[in-house]
Amino acid sequence: MPSDATPSTENQPAPLSVSSTLARLAGIGVVILWVVGGFLYLGGWFNPHELTPARFVNGFEKVYGIHSGFRRNHAKGVCVRGFFDSNGQGTRLSKAALFRTGRVPVIGRFSLGGGNPYVGDTPDAIRGLGLLFRLRDGEEWRTAMINRPVFPFNTPQAFYDNLIASQPDPNTHKPDPEKMAAFVASHPEFVRAAKIIQSHQVSSGFDNSTFNGLNAFRFINAADVSTPVRWSMVPVDAFKPEDTAQSANPDKNYLFDDFIARIHSAPVQWRLILTVGQPGDPTDDATIPWPEDREHVDAGTLTLDEVESEAPGNCRDINFDPLVLPVGIAPSDDPLLSARSAVYSQSFTRRAGEKKEPSAITPSDVRK
Amino acid sequence: MTTDPQQFPVSMRFLHWLMAAMVLTMLGIGVAMVASLADYHRLVSIHRPVGILILILVVIRFVNRRFSTLPPFPATMSSQERFIAHASEMLLYTLLFVQPLVGWGMLSAARYPIVLYGPLHLFPILPHSVMLYAALRKAHTVLAYLLFLAFIAHFGAVLFHTLILRDRLFSRMAPYRVPAR
Repeated sequence: MPSDATPSTENQPAPLSVSSTLARLAGIGVVILWVVGGFLYLGGWFNPHELTPARFVNGFEKVYGIHSGFRRNHAKGVCVRGFFDSNGQGTRLSKAALFRTGRVPVIGRFSLGGGNPYVGDTPDAIRGLGLLFRLRDGEEWRTAMINRPVFPFNTPQAFYDNLIASQPDPNTHKPDPEKMAAFVASHPEFVRAAKIIQSHQVSSGFDNSTFNGLNAFRFINAADVSTPVRWSMVPVDAFKPEDTAQSANPDKNYLFDDFIARIHSAPVQWRLILTVGQPGDPTDDATIPWPEDREHVDAGTLTLDEVESEAPGNCRDINFDPLVLPVGIAPSDDPLLSARSAVYSQSFTRRAGEKKEPSAITPSDVRK
Repeated sequence: MTTDPQQFPVSMRFLHWLMAAMVLTMLGIGVAMVASLADYHRLVSIHRPVGILILILVVIRFVNRRFSTLPPFPATMSSQERFIAHASEMLLYTLLFVQPLVGWGMLSAARYPIVLYGPLHLFPILPHSVMLYAALRKAHTVLAYLLFLAFIAHFGAVLFHTLILRDRLFSRMAPYRVPAR
């Protein structure tokens, strides 16, 4: 500092040398790069092989192609409406408003697994049922179920690896047997689950199919007691096995057309059955069934009385995200749940902005 | 002792640092949740209520600013620099207001329930339209990148003033009391 410093220059710091300025500029650069790098790291930029929601949906698009405006999985479907009458039995397990005695409106969607919206109906196609229960105070419960007794995968990675392994070869139009064998060899839980699935007889239609939630959830009651629960929609219509004549039917929408005829004759009903888990029952592995003797609570009756083709504003434009839950139902530690929520959201976002092609089940198909 | 304040009032400094922490956390959560399968649900459940909290705080902050006496810019800043500093502040205010509104709007258009905490949820502010949702969802990403760039520019400018010019710009907003001189 000059010895004759005046008050006006007292506040001025001594000028920096060139090297000191450069060093400080470099320091600023490093700090900013570090911040930007931190954000890129959080966004997964440094893990290009980690499975993300976007890469998962890319997998569906790779296997099934991009069908503008349709869900990337369970692409073929039809909309339904109805209501749920709760009998109050569920309140013992959950304080969710849904389980109090009374009626709430329901929007639903029946679907077939896979990303092809025009696929022909087959007996072994996975049948799906998505439901949205609109509770009185603006809360919602959404669930997406399938007609399988267990899920064949217990991690998102296994689901994805199987999806990629099952991609048909462009020449043979069949999955590469070597890739499938490699998947099966490294996934004993898949083999066990497949055996259970094969031992279950397939029913003749949507109306007499049991739809299972498969993932475990935690039900929390008014006393804040948490209980592991899995749920199913069990049909009131009597079970009838799928008959070979059905799939020989030249109508490639026979499952949907049969259901439309059925709902026009009378409303179709299911019972919501809650299976109460006990300590030790796996809540993080959807490939393992819970023991048969677990308590079942009949929580009420779902009645579906209207059917419509997918159209703007109806079930077509709803994401049946399994983690849209009312207070009283919470996710378990099952890793599939957060992954399903993330992937459904990614699929929904992609299709939302696309041009909508007409659904396989047209407005004239659903008329009486 | 001078009559001109050398620092922003305590209320403004408090809101600035509180929101700085919240916004940086939100940008981090946002970029992480869209790339995560395992943590997606947990992160979205935090992202929604914090976003709405930022919307409320930015309104409080803007009103508070209108009723506060602001410290002068350092003498080292030219009128051009002052204009840029002021414009970038207004850009940040705008982004911090619009971004949570777009988030709320896109969830409304997608017809998701807008859950804040437990049974507490917000009403939809837009009709159910997936096309509208798709546009707003894209806007939410673009605005997040803009917000991040604005933050980097703001942060870089403050570092430059503090380490190179050493003009006490930082002390105006410092989270501690700086004695006037």
